[in-house]
Amino acid sequence: MINQDLQDIERRAKEELEKDQSAAELENLRVRFLGKKGELTAILKQMSTLPPEERPVVGQLANRIRANIEQAISARGAEILAISAAKKLHDEKLDVTLPGHHHDIGNLHPINSVLHEVEEIFLGMGFSIAEGPEVEYDYYNFEALNLPPDHPARDTQDTFYISDKVLLRTQTSAIQIRVMENHKPPIRVIASGRVYRSDAVDATHSPIFNQVEALVVDKGITMGDLIGTLELLMKRLYGEDAKIRLRPHHFPFTEPSAEVDIQCFNCGGKGCSMCKGEGYVELLGAGMVHPKVLETCGIDSTVYSGFAFGLGLERIAMRKYGINDMRLLYENDLRFLEQF
Amino acid sequence: MDLSMKWLHDYVDVDEPIKNFCYDMTMTGSKVEGYEEEGSKITNTVVGKILSKGKHENADALFVCSVDIGNDEPVQIVTNAKNVKEGDLVPVALDGASLPEGKIKKGKIRGVESYGMFCGLDTLGLTTHDFPYADPEGVFVLEEDCKPGDDIHTAIGLDDTTVEFEITSNRADCLSVLGLAREAAATFNKPFNYKYPEYKGVEDDINKYLDVKVENQELCHRYIGGVVKNIRIAPSPRWLRERLRASGVRPINNLVDITNYVMLEYGQPMHAFDIKYLEGGKIRVRNAVSGESITTLDGVVRELSPEMLVIADEKKPVAVAGVMGGEYSGIMDDTETVVFESACFDGASVRRTAKKLGMRTESSARFEKGLDAHGCMPAILRAFELCELLDCGDPIRGLIDCDYNTKPQSTVPFDPDWTNKFLGTNIPAEDMIKYLEKLEFEVKDGIIYAPSFRIDIESKADIAEEIARFYGYNNIEGTILTGVADAQRTPKQKLVINVENACTALGFNQINTFAFISPKYYDKIMLPEKSKLRNCVVITNPLGEDTSVMRTTIMPSMCETLARNYNYRNPKAKLFEVGNEYIPTGNIDELPSEPLRLALGMYGDNCDFYDIKGAVEDLMSSLGYDNCEYAAPDADCIFDEVTAFHPGRVAVMTYEGKQLAILGELHPAVLQNYGIDTRAYFAKVNITELLETVAPEKTYKPLPKYPAISRDIALVCDDEIPVATLEKMISEAVGLNLEKITLFDVYKGKQIVSGKKSVAFSIVMRSHDGTLTDEQADAALKRVRKALATIGAEIR
Repeated sequence: MINQDLQDIERRAKEELEKDQSAAELENLRVRFLGKKGELTAILKQMSTLPPEERPVVGQLANRIRANIEQAISARGAEILAISAAKKLHDEKLDVTLPGHHHDIGNLHPINSVLHEVEEIFLGMGFSIAEGPEVEYDYYNFEALNLPPDHPARDTQDTFYISDKVLLRTQTSAIQIRVMENHKPPIRVIASGRVYRSDAVDATHSPIFNQVEALVVDKGITMGDLIGTLELLMKRLYGEDAKIRLRPHHFPFTEPSAEVDIQCFNCGGKGCSMCKGEGYVELLGAGMVHPKVLETCGIDSTVYSGFAFGLGLERIAMRKYGINDMRLLYENDLRFLEQF
Repeated sequence: MDLSMKWLHDYVDVDEPIKNFCYDMTMTGSKVEGYEEEGSKITNTVVGKILSKGKHENADALFVCSVDIGNDEPVQIVTNAKNVKEGDLVPVALDGASLPEGKIKKGKIRGVESYGMFCGLDTLGLTTHDFPYADPEGVFVLEEDCKPGDDIHTAIGLDDTTVEFEITSNRADCLSVLGLAREAAATFNKPFNYKYPEYKGVEDDINKYLDVKVENQELCHRYIGGVVKNIRIAPSPRWLRERLRASGVRPINNLVDITNYVMLEYGQPMHAFDIKYLEGGKIRVRNAVSGESITTLDGVVRELSPEMLVIADEKKPVAVAGVMGGEYSGIMDDTETVVFESACFDGASVRRTAKKLGMRTESSARFEKGLDAHGCMPAILRAFELCELLDCGDPIRGLIDCDYNTKPQSTVPFDPDWTNKFLGTNIPAEDMIKYLEKLEFEVKDGIIYAPSFRIDIESKADIAEEIARFYGYNNIEGTILTGVADAQRTPKQKLVINVENACTALGFNQINTFAFISPKYYDKIMLPEKSKLRNCVVITNPLGEDTSVMRTTIMPSMCETLARNYNYRNPKAKLFEVGNEYIPTGNIDELPSEPLRLALGMYGDNCDFYDIKGAVEDLMSSLGYDNCEYAAPDADCIFDEVTAFHPGRVAVMTYEGKQLAILGELHPAVLQNYGIDTRAYFAKVNITELLETVAPEKTYKPLPKYPAISRDIALVCDDEIPVATLEKMISEAVGLNLEKITLFDVYKGKQIVSGKKSVAFSIVMRSHDGTLTDEQADAALKRVRKALATIGAEIR
């Protein structure tokens, strides 16, 4: 009799579970069959009416049925959860093509980002970064660089003067002297900063612009080292295909001196309108530090040699980003700045 | 330096195509800026012979000509030229011809066919300086040796090519045809065909005509005077005029042309004086006397000063040495006897004089780079040779040569090993000698003797350059630097990078402005008249007033940029600049200090004071400074820019008692000065001074083990009491267990008595020793209540 009742409960529970139900309904079901006041408990309470020898058998059956029902309910429960989770995910679907929520992030000025790039390249080659004043003594800017007063090469750098002795530096080369005065070789530095020349503003000129200078002084530094360093710099800046060319030139503070051109990216050296048919574009000035300059700074030129070069950051930035008018760099129009 | 290729061919036989010539010269160090083929704008223009000239049937002012252009049949051309007649040879631009002014096409002129056009000098881009015999108004009637059908370029010598060289200041010797010919000969491995000039001369005693004395031998290293008599002024021959023209010099007359020709060819400036204007036939090379003046050839009166060197006669200066001659020193049509000057003046002196007088000439440009005193003699001989060749006068045999040149020949040890080590090459010694000898250096017994015109050669490094440029700079193999180097950014450089990163993360865009500004900008930011910031480093030769002083405050640069963006209708802007200010010491011969500043500027997007303040707070926090204090500026405020701010919306930030920043809303009047019609905000942070402080080291604090207790309080107090004061009092009253205090509301208005405000804080307390009890929290609040009561603030 009890056996039958138990099997009946199992059958009905399974029937119930076949039907659709919510998580709450499932819980009700569990309470109805298995709860403290549930049907199974009610039947088990009748166990005492059974003869003792039957009790273990019925007990076992009851336990098995309880376990079966519990397992069925929990399986059903998992199923309901999975369905509702799936439904939730489905309902939460978004149009992923709607724009994202933005956080304002500012940009570095193109000159500064190029500067950092150049600095990283040189730091990697073991160059420290030196600094010097923008308002500078004539001595550091010219005289110690083998440009005594009345030297004709002063004409190539139209200078803003503060007094007879003080001027706005026309070249970061002034920092070379300060470095060599204060450090014994080996020296391996770059120096960057604003320089000033009395040029009116136009698409390719600005009275203020930025240079990076490199200086190496040590025993046995060769012109080959200069060329190798320049080649490496240009490859890092412009990629493995970057090709340079040196032309003899004259700077009073280097000997030999060179102007360095880079192969035109536009035409690959064939000559086009961008490079004025030359195939190359002028990039920077370089050379072996003039023995007089070394001696002026108290470095024995019979023991040490060195090289130096200086490049304009504007030129590099303009080239890198395809900016065709230098004025844009100093106008600071947000519509321009936001592009970098 | 413009070089005529025809002229160059006199001295070196280069037959390279012009492009290759230019490239190779550039690569050995004579940089070519460009070249121009003369007459390249003229095509299909030939010599024509006028066979007949008749009246035009429809126009009185026009004529119809039949012209032989070297073909079987003559062509018909309509012209308005009155100066041509039958038998004349004229340039004819044929159908399809190009001229500098445009294309020529055949067509009907007033009903009569015309197959081209007669050309005047101007239509060919020429002037009467090129062809003095030609009528400047009418058609160019040719007196050249040519025949009908000849191409006009060959007929009138418009077939030269001019190459423009950029000559560096160390190579004055290359400011000459000879100098460039030497370089070309070395570049192309061709002989340099130079012949030392010679002249026959006439017998006479030069001392009868001329007396030369060099009084300042420091500034005049050599002075050679020669006399040419029986002067016959006439136009120069065509070949000479052509060469001058190709070199960019205007032909004048045979004598003047000779001085220019020699200067261009030999690089030695020459001067010719008409002896009748040299009083006493005397030449004195001396310093000008105070108060002296001279009217130069260009008709301008020049005041002279005692440091200037002049050429004078017995009484007055007749030329500014090496710069320009005097008005009456020149050659006139009636000149009979001429003194030629070939001299060597001190470069620096000529440079100073030319600069002071504001006249740079072809002559001064050469002298100031330093000329070779040995060059004076061949130059004057060449001038006399040309006088005889052109038959324009009779040079007297014998010259007056005052030579004070003491410069010894430059010698440098020949050290091939050193050179190879210096260049990083393996050039054989014999190749080095070959390169040097091509350049007229002599290598003997281990010594290199430089030719006298190479005044730039002083050291082994100079020799290395000579060798390298002919070996080929680009044949030197690049090598990578070896050795260990220790490199890192300085603390300042690291700080700047952190500042830049923080600013961009906060949404600010970096700007770069000019460090020189207008002194008027200080008025725009309403800087007090007496502010020390108005003492600037002043540029003595600025481009204009707007860029005439170095800024003592970075503020106006930011304001200008905000205004510009506002004018460009950018609806909002957040900008930052890291840049210097320049603070003079008071002595213009000393360097100013250049403290580094950060400027922040913003407008739009409903931003307010607390946005700029928040930006500064976040920036400082990102740099590791969490305990900065902000207060309204007081009398000790170090920032003179304070007057540029809204007086009730400005704060000064201090750290460890040091004022490091000022920030706030710009004063409405300042905004008006900049034409900004919206509120704008500015902050300046003193980076240099910040660098002198020490940010607290970051150390790990154990994560809490015990729960926190949170209490919100609202209090009412006088409106005048700053929130910072309340916060400080509460923090102190709570004591050690305070974890965090956060302001969450400030309210004025309904339910609050006027003059008072309601302020609400959330206080979080936590102990690291155990769980706080409610009693402990209540006790803390009691202390808060008591403390606040002392300033009349009541907890609600």
